[in-house]
Amino acid sequence: MAEKKKSVFLNGLIYENPTFVQLLGMCPTLATTTSVKNGIGMGLSATAVLILSNILISLLRKVIPDKVRIAAYIVIIAAFVTIVEMCLNAYVPDLAAQLGIFIPLIVVNCIILARAEAFASKNTVWNSFLDGAGIGLGFTCALTIISAVREFLSAGTILGIEIYGETIKPMAIIGMPPGGFIILGLLIALINFIIAKRKAGNKE
Amino acid sequence: MMEVISVIIAALFTENFVLVKFLGICPFLGVSKKTETAIGMGMAVTFVMAIASACTWTVNHFLLERFSLEYLQTIVFILIIAGLVQFVEMFVKKTLPSLYSALGIYLPLITTNCAVLGVALLNVQNGYGFMLSIIYGTFAALGFSLAIVLFSGIREYIDENNVQESFRGFPIALVTAGLMAIAFTGFSGFSI
Repeated sequence: MAEKKKSVFLNGLIYENPTFVQLLGMCPTLATTTSVKNGIGMGLSATAVLILSNILISLLRKVIPDKVRIAAYIVIIAAFVTIVEMCLNAYVPDLAAQLGIFIPLIVVNCIILARAEAFASKNTVWNSFLDGAGIGLGFTCALTIISAVREFLSAGTILGIEIYGETIKPMAIIGMPPGGFIILGLLIALINFIIAKRKAGNKE
Repeated sequence: MMEVISVIIAALFTENFVLVKFLGICPFLGVSKKTETAIGMGMAVTFVMAIASACTWTVNHFLLERFSLEYLQTIVFILIIAGLVQFVEMFVKKTLPSLYSALGIYLPLITTNCAVLGVALLNVQNGYGFMLSIIYGTFAALGFSLAIVLFSGIREYIDENNVQESFRGFPIALVTAGLMAIAFTGFSGFSI
Protein backbone atom coordinates (compact mmCIF):
# COMPACT_ATOMS: atom_id res chain seq x y z
CA MET A 1 0.00 0.00 0.00
CA ALA A 2 2.83 2.37 0.89
CA GLU A 3 4.34 1.58 -2.49
CA LYS A 4 1.18 2.77 -4.22
CA LYS A 5 1.15 6.04 -2.28
CA LYS A 6 4.74 6.64 -3.28
CA SER A 7 3.93 5.97 -6.91
CA VAL A 8 1.03 8.47 -6.86
CA PHE A 9 3.44 11.12 -5.60
CA LEU A 10 6.32 10.29 -7.96
CA ASN A 11 3.94 10.00 -10.89
CA GLY A 12 3.08 13.71 -10.64
CA LEU A 13 6.64 14.75 -9.87
CA ILE A 14 8.40 12.97 -12.75
CA TYR A 15 6.47 10.72 -15.15
CA GLU A 16 3.52 13.07 -15.61
CA ASN A 17 5.44 16.29 -14.99
CA PRO A 18 2.90 18.99 -15.91
CA THR A 19 5.37 21.27 -17.65
CA PHE A 20 7.88 19.05 -19.44
CA VAL A 21 5.72 15.99 -20.19
CA GLN A 22 2.08 17.16 -20.30
CA LEU A 23 2.90 20.67 -21.57
CA LEU A 24 0.15 22.28 -19.46
CA GLY A 25 0.10 25.70 -17.83
CA MET A 26 2.40 27.37 -20.33
CA CYS A 27 1.41 30.98 -19.59
CA PRO A 28 2.76 31.19 -16.03
CA THR A 29 5.70 28.97 -17.00
CA LEU A 30 6.86 31.46 -19.59
CA ALA A 31 5.88 34.66 -17.84
CA THR A 32 7.19 34.15 -14.31
CA THR A 33 10.52 32.42 -14.95
CA THR A 34 12.57 35.58 -15.38
CA SER A 35 14.24 34.96 -11.99
CA VAL A 36 14.49 31.96 -9.67
CA LYS A 37 12.68 33.81 -6.89
CA ASN A 38 9.66 34.51 -9.11
CA GLY A 39 9.68 30.98 -10.50
CA ILE A 40 9.67 29.35 -7.05
CA GLY A 41 7.06 31.84 -5.78
CA MET A 42 4.72 31.05 -8.66
CA GLY A 43 5.32 27.30 -8.33
CA LEU A 44 4.59 27.23 -4.60
CA SER A 45 1.47 29.43 -4.93
CA ALA A 46 0.08 27.12 -7.61
CA THR A 47 1.01 24.08 -5.47
CA ALA A 48 -0.89 25.50 -2.50
CA VAL A 49 -4.00 26.08 -4.61
CA LEU A 50 -3.67 22.66 -6.21
CA ILE A 51 -3.37 20.77 -2.90
CA LEU A 52 -6.25 22.67 -1.25
CA SER A 53 -8.60 22.38 -4.23
CA ASN A 54 -7.74 18.69 -4.71
CA ILE A 55 -8.60 17.99 -1.04
CA LEU A 56 -11.90 19.88 -1.10
CA ILE A 57 -13.02 18.50 -4.46
CA SER A 58 -12.17 14.99 -3.30
CA LEU A 59 -14.21 15.55 -0.12
CA LEU A 60 -17.17 16.82 -2.14
CA ARG A 61 -16.87 14.32 -4.99
CA LYS A 62 -20.07 12.51 -4.02
CA VAL A 63 -22.03 15.73 -3.41
CA ILE A 64 -21.33 17.71 -6.59
CA PRO A 65 -23.83 16.80 -9.36
CA ASP A 66 -22.15 15.55 -12.51
CA LYS A 67 -23.68 18.17 -14.82
CA VAL A 68 -22.38 21.24 -13.02
CA ARG A 69 -19.08 19.77 -11.84
CA ILE A 70 -16.80 21.96 -14.00
CA ALA A 71 -18.49 25.16 -12.80
CA ALA A 72 -18.27 23.93 -9.21
CA TYR A 73 -14.56 23.13 -9.58
CA ILE A 74 -13.86 26.58 -11.04
CA VAL A 75 -15.61 28.32 -8.13
CA ILE A 76 -13.69 26.21 -5.58
CA ILE A 77 -10.38 26.92 -7.32
CA ALA A 78 -11.17 30.64 -7.62
CA ALA A 79 -11.95 30.81 -3.89
CA PHE A 80 -8.59 29.26 -2.96
CA VAL A 81 -6.76 31.50 -5.44
CA THR A 82 -8.32 34.53 -3.78
CA ILE A 83 -7.12 33.30 -0.37
CA VAL A 84 -3.58 32.67 -1.65
CA GLU A 85 -3.56 36.08 -3.35
CA MET A 86 -4.53 37.81 -0.08
CA CYS A 87 -1.82 35.91 1.84
CA LEU A 88 0.85 36.85 -0.72
CA ASN A 89 -0.21 40.51 -0.68
CA ALA A 90 -0.05 40.52 3.12
CA TYR A 91 3.19 38.63 3.76
CA VAL A 92 5.35 38.99 0.62
CA PRO A 93 4.14 42.18 -1.13
CA ASP A 94 7.33 42.42 -3.26
CA LEU A 95 6.80 38.99 -4.77
CA ALA A 96 3.07 39.66 -5.23
CA ALA A 97 3.87 42.85 -7.16
CA GLN A 98 6.38 40.98 -9.35
CA LEU A 99 3.95 38.18 -10.22
CA GLY A 100 1.14 40.71 -10.84
CA ILE A 101 -1.92 39.39 -12.64
CA PHE A 102 -0.43 35.92 -12.89
CA ILE A 103 -1.57 35.20 -9.31
CA PRO A 104 -5.31 35.62 -10.05
CA LEU A 105 -4.68 33.85 -13.36
CA ILE A 106 -3.86 30.64 -11.44
CA VAL A 107 -7.66 30.13 -11.70
CA VAL A 108 -7.38 29.39 -15.41
CA ASN A 109 -4.19 27.33 -15.08
CA CYS A 110 -5.13 24.13 -16.91
CA ILE A 111 -3.02 21.97 -14.56
CA ILE A 112 -5.33 22.56 -11.60
CA LEU A 113 -8.60 21.96 -13.45
CA ALA A 114 -7.05 18.94 -15.16
CA ARG A 115 -6.13 17.33 -11.81
CA ALA A 116 -9.56 18.11 -10.36
CA GLU A 117 -11.28 16.44 -13.30
CA ALA A 118 -8.85 13.56 -13.87
CA PHE A 119 -7.85 12.65 -10.31
CA ALA A 120 -9.51 14.38 -7.34
CA SER A 121 -13.06 13.70 -8.55
CA LYS A 122 -12.40 9.94 -8.51
CA ASN A 123 -9.97 9.29 -5.65
CA THR A 124 -9.78 9.39 -1.85
CA VAL A 125 -8.79 12.52 0.04
CA TRP A 126 -5.33 11.26 1.05
CA ASN A 127 -4.47 10.12 -2.49
CA SER A 128 -5.73 13.43 -3.90
CA PHE A 129 -3.50 15.29 -1.46
CA LEU A 130 -0.48 13.25 -2.58
CA ASP A 131 -1.36 13.77 -6.23
CA GLY A 132 -1.71 17.54 -5.70
CA ALA A 133 1.62 17.66 -3.85
CA GLY A 134 3.39 15.59 -6.53
CA ILE A 135 2.03 17.53 -9.51
CA GLY A 136 2.52 20.86 -7.70
CA LEU A 137 6.13 20.10 -6.79
CA GLY A 138 6.74 18.82 -10.33
CA PHE A 139 5.49 22.19 -11.60
CA THR A 140 7.66 24.04 -9.05
CA CYS A 141 10.76 22.00 -9.99
CA ALA A 142 10.19 22.68 -13.68
CA LEU A 143 9.77 26.42 -13.06
CA THR A 144 12.90 26.44 -10.89
CA ILE A 145 15.00 24.74 -13.59
CA ILE A 146 13.75 27.07 -16.35
CA SER A 147 14.16 30.19 -14.23
CA ALA A 148 17.65 29.12 -13.09
CA VAL A 149 18.77 28.78 -16.72
CA ARG A 150 17.19 32.10 -17.67
CA GLU A 151 18.50 34.04 -14.66
CA PHE A 152 21.98 32.56 -15.10
CA LEU A 153 22.16 33.51 -18.78
CA SER A 154 20.41 36.88 -18.60
CA ALA A 155 21.88 38.35 -15.40
CA GLY A 156 24.75 36.07 -14.43
CA THR A 157 23.14 35.35 -11.06
CA ILE A 158 21.13 32.57 -9.40
CA LEU A 159 18.76 33.66 -6.63
CA GLY A 160 20.53 37.03 -6.78
CA ILE A 161 23.96 35.53 -6.02
CA GLU A 162 26.54 36.56 -8.59
CA ILE A 163 28.11 33.63 -10.48
CA TYR A 164 30.28 35.04 -13.27
CA GLY A 165 29.99 38.78 -12.77
CA GLU A 166 31.57 41.24 -15.18
CA THR A 167 33.88 38.86 -17.03
CA ILE A 168 31.20 37.68 -19.50
CA LYS A 169 28.54 39.98 -20.84
CA PRO A 170 25.12 38.50 -19.93
CA MET A 171 22.52 37.91 -22.65
CA ALA A 172 19.69 40.29 -21.81
CA ILE A 173 17.39 38.80 -24.48
CA ILE A 174 17.03 35.57 -22.44
CA GLY A 175 15.35 37.53 -19.63
CA MET A 176 12.97 39.16 -22.09
CA PRO A 177 9.85 37.45 -23.53
CA PRO A 178 11.57 35.89 -26.62
CA GLY A 179 14.12 34.17 -24.36
CA GLY A 180 11.31 32.48 -22.44
CA PHE A 181 9.98 30.76 -25.55
CA ILE A 182 13.42 29.78 -26.85
CA ILE A 183 14.81 28.42 -23.54
CA LEU A 184 11.65 26.37 -22.88
CA GLY A 185 11.77 24.99 -26.44
CA LEU A 186 15.44 24.02 -26.04
CA LEU A 187 14.85 22.41 -22.62
CA ILE A 188 11.93 20.28 -23.89
CA ALA A 189 14.04 19.25 -26.91
CA LEU A 190 16.87 18.28 -24.53
CA ILE A 191 14.49 16.16 -22.42
CA ASN A 192 13.10 14.49 -25.58
CA PHE A 193 16.70 13.77 -26.62
CA ILE A 194 17.58 12.20 -23.24
CA ILE A 195 14.40 10.06 -23.25
CA ALA A 196 15.11 8.86 -26.80
CA LYS A 197 18.72 8.03 -25.85
CA ARG A 198 17.63 6.06 -22.79
CA LYS A 199 15.02 4.12 -24.77
CA ALA A 200 17.65 3.26 -27.40
CA GLY A 201 20.02 2.21 -24.60
CA ASN A 202 17.39 -0.11 -23.07
CA LYS A 203 16.83 -1.92 -26.34
CA GLU A 204 20.48 -2.91 -26.77
CA MET B 1 -8.31 60.70 -28.79
CA MET B 2 -4.54 60.35 -28.46
CA GLU B 3 -5.06 58.09 -25.47
CA VAL B 4 -7.31 55.81 -27.51
CA ILE B 5 -4.72 55.53 -30.31
CA SER B 6 -1.89 54.77 -27.90
CA VAL B 7 -4.02 52.09 -26.16
CA ILE B 8 -4.75 50.52 -29.57
CA ILE B 9 -1.08 50.45 -30.59
CA ALA B 10 -0.03 49.04 -27.23
CA ALA B 11 -2.68 46.31 -27.40
CA LEU B 12 -1.80 45.29 -30.96
CA PHE B 13 1.99 45.53 -31.06
CA THR B 14 4.09 46.84 -28.17
CA GLU B 15 2.27 44.83 -25.51
CA ASN B 16 1.01 42.01 -27.71
CA PHE B 17 -0.89 39.60 -25.47
CA VAL B 18 0.77 36.43 -26.70
CA LEU B 19 4.29 37.42 -27.61
CA VAL B 20 5.02 40.04 -24.97
CA LYS B 21 2.59 39.46 -22.08
CA PHE B 22 2.40 35.63 -22.29
CA LEU B 23 -1.39 35.49 -22.10
CA GLY B 24 -3.31 32.89 -24.09
CA ILE B 25 -0.32 30.65 -24.80
CA CYS B 26 -2.36 27.41 -24.63
CA PRO B 27 -4.63 28.17 -27.63
CA PHE B 28 -1.68 29.88 -29.33
CA LEU B 29 0.27 26.60 -29.28
CA GLY B 30 -2.72 24.24 -29.43
CA VAL B 31 -4.92 25.69 -32.17
CA SER B 32 -2.26 27.00 -34.56
CA LYS B 33 -1.62 23.93 -36.71
CA LYS B 34 -3.88 25.19 -39.52
CA THR B 35 -4.48 28.77 -40.62
CA GLU B 36 -8.24 28.20 -41.01
CA THR B 37 -8.83 27.12 -37.42
CA ALA B 38 -6.49 29.86 -36.22
CA ILE B 39 -8.65 32.49 -37.93
CA GLY B 40 -11.82 30.95 -36.42
CA MET B 41 -10.25 30.89 -32.96
CA GLY B 42 -9.14 34.51 -33.35
CA MET B 43 -12.66 35.59 -34.29
CA ALA B 44 -14.28 33.74 -31.40
CA VAL B 45 -11.78 35.11 -28.87
CA THR B 46 -12.21 38.66 -30.21
CA PHE B 47 -15.97 38.39 -29.83
CA VAL B 48 -15.79 37.00 -26.29
CA MET B 49 -13.10 39.40 -25.12
CA ALA B 50 -14.97 42.48 -26.38
CA ILE B 51 -18.19 41.46 -24.59
CA ALA B 52 -16.32 40.22 -21.50
CA SER B 53 -14.57 43.60 -21.16
CA ALA B 54 -17.94 45.38 -21.23
CA CYS B 55 -19.64 42.96 -18.78
CA THR B 56 -16.81 42.76 -16.26
CA TRP B 57 -16.35 46.54 -16.27
CA THR B 58 -20.07 47.08 -15.63
CA VAL B 59 -20.25 44.54 -12.81
CA ASN B 60 -17.01 45.76 -11.26
CA HIS B 61 -18.02 49.42 -11.39
CA PHE B 62 -21.65 49.15 -10.30
CA LEU B 63 -21.51 46.20 -7.90
CA LEU B 64 -18.07 45.35 -6.59
CA GLU B 65 -16.64 48.84 -6.20
CA ARG B 66 -19.84 50.30 -4.81
CA PHE B 67 -20.02 47.73 -2.02
CA SER B 68 -16.19 47.49 -1.71
CA LEU B 69 -16.15 43.82 -2.62
CA GLU B 70 -13.06 44.09 -4.85
CA TYR B 71 -11.57 40.96 -3.31
CA LEU B 72 -14.28 38.94 -5.07
CA GLN B 73 -13.06 40.10 -8.51
CA THR B 74 -11.40 36.82 -9.52
CA ILE B 75 -14.41 34.65 -8.64
CA VAL B 76 -17.00 37.02 -10.13
CA PHE B 77 -15.04 37.60 -13.33
CA ILE B 78 -14.47 33.91 -14.02
CA LEU B 79 -18.17 33.21 -13.47
CA ILE B 80 -19.16 36.03 -15.83
CA ILE B 81 -16.75 34.74 -18.47
CA ALA B 82 -17.95 31.14 -18.11
CA GLY B 83 -21.59 32.23 -18.40
CA LEU B 84 -20.79 34.48 -21.34
CA VAL B 85 -18.98 31.75 -23.24
CA GLN B 86 -21.94 29.42 -22.67
CA PHE B 87 -24.29 32.11 -23.96
CA VAL B 88 -22.12 32.87 -27.01
CA GLU B 89 -21.98 29.14 -27.75
CA MET B 90 -25.78 28.86 -27.74
CA PHE B 91 -26.16 32.06 -29.77
CA VAL B 92 -23.66 31.01 -32.45
CA LYS B 93 -25.20 27.53 -32.61
CA LYS B 94 -28.65 29.01 -33.30
CA THR B 95 -27.74 31.80 -35.70
CA LEU B 96 -24.49 30.77 -37.38
CA PRO B 97 -24.38 26.96 -37.49
CA SER B 98 -21.55 26.95 -40.06
CA LEU B 99 -19.24 28.97 -37.81
CA TYR B 100 -20.29 26.80 -34.87
CA SER B 101 -19.21 23.58 -36.54
CA ALA B 102 -15.97 25.21 -37.71
CA LEU B 103 -15.01 26.22 -34.17
CA GLY B 104 -16.15 22.96 -32.56
CA ILE B 105 -14.45 22.20 -29.26
CA TYR B 106 -12.50 25.47 -29.20
CA LEU B 107 -15.54 27.53 -28.32
CA PRO B 108 -16.11 26.19 -24.76
CA LEU B 109 -12.34 26.17 -24.19
CA ILE B 110 -12.27 29.97 -24.39
CA THR B 111 -13.38 30.01 -20.72
CA THR B 112 -9.96 28.79 -19.65
CA ASN B 113 -8.10 31.08 -22.05
CA CYS B 114 -6.14 33.27 -19.68
CA ALA B 115 -6.24 36.16 -22.16
CA VAL B 116 -9.95 36.67 -21.41
CA LEU B 117 -9.62 36.77 -17.61
CA GLY B 118 -6.36 38.66 -18.11
CA VAL B 119 -7.97 41.47 -20.07
CA ALA B 120 -10.73 41.83 -17.45
CA LEU B 121 -8.13 42.13 -14.67
CA LEU B 122 -5.89 44.47 -16.69
CA ASN B 123 -8.83 46.80 -17.43
CA VAL B 124 -9.34 47.17 -13.68
CA GLN B 125 -5.62 47.49 -12.95
CA ASN B 126 -5.10 50.19 -15.61
CA GLY B 127 -8.21 52.05 -14.46
CA TYR B 128 -9.79 52.21 -17.92
CA GLY B 129 -13.30 53.62 -18.36
CA PHE B 130 -16.16 51.78 -20.06
CA MET B 131 -15.34 52.68 -23.68
CA LEU B 132 -11.59 52.33 -23.21
CA SER B 133 -12.09 48.89 -21.63
CA ILE B 134 -14.01 47.69 -24.68
CA ILE B 135 -11.44 49.18 -27.06
CA TYR B 136 -8.56 47.61 -25.13
CA GLY B 137 -10.34 44.23 -24.99
CA THR B 138 -11.12 44.26 -28.71
CA PHE B 139 -7.68 45.29 -29.86
CA ALA B 140 -5.85 43.01 -27.44
CA ALA B 141 -7.88 40.17 -28.94
CA LEU B 142 -7.03 41.36 -32.46
CA GLY B 143 -3.37 41.36 -31.41
CA PHE B 144 -3.86 37.76 -30.24
CA SER B 145 -5.49 36.90 -33.58
CA LEU B 146 -2.65 38.56 -35.50
CA ALA B 147 -0.05 36.52 -33.62
CA ILE B 148 -1.91 33.19 -33.90
CA VAL B 149 -2.66 33.59 -37.63
CA LEU B 150 0.94 34.57 -38.50
CA PHE B 151 2.22 31.70 -36.34
CA SER B 152 -0.09 29.13 -37.98
CA GLY B 153 1.25 30.16 -41.39
CA ILE B 154 4.81 29.48 -40.25
CA ARG B 155 3.81 26.17 -38.62
CA GLU B 156 2.15 24.90 -41.81
CA TYR B 157 5.45 25.49 -43.52
CA ILE B 158 7.49 23.80 -40.75
CA ASP B 159 5.29 20.70 -40.95
CA GLU B 160 6.46 20.06 -44.50
CA ASN B 161 10.10 20.14 -43.49
CA ASN B 162 12.27 17.48 -41.94
CA VAL B 163 12.82 18.67 -38.37
CA GLN B 164 15.43 17.04 -36.10
CA GLU B 165 13.69 14.34 -34.07
CA SER B 166 14.03 15.85 -30.57
CA PHE B 167 12.68 19.16 -31.85
CA ARG B 168 9.59 17.77 -33.55
CA GLY B 169 6.25 19.21 -32.41
CA PHE B 170 6.30 21.51 -29.42
CA PRO B 171 10.01 22.43 -29.10
CA ILE B 172 10.35 23.76 -32.65
CA ALA B 173 7.02 25.61 -32.24
CA LEU B 174 8.33 27.29 -29.07
CA VAL B 175 11.61 28.31 -30.72
CA THR B 176 9.63 29.68 -33.70
CA ALA B 177 7.42 31.65 -31.32
CA GLY B 178 10.60 32.98 -29.69
CA LEU B 179 11.89 34.23 -33.02
CA MET B 180 8.49 35.86 -33.69
CA ALA B 181 8.67 37.50 -30.29
CA ILE B 182 12.10 38.91 -31.18
CA ALA B 183 10.49 40.48 -34.25
CA PHE B 184 7.78 41.97 -32.02
CA THR B 185 10.36 43.50 -29.65
CA GLY B 186 11.14 45.74 -32.64
CA PHE B 187 7.91 47.56 -31.81
CA SER B 188 8.94 48.32 -28.23
CA GLY B 189 9.34 51.97 -27.48
CA PHE B 190 7.02 52.76 -30.38
CA SER B 191 4.28 55.07 -29.06
CA ILE B 192 2.44 58.26 -29.80
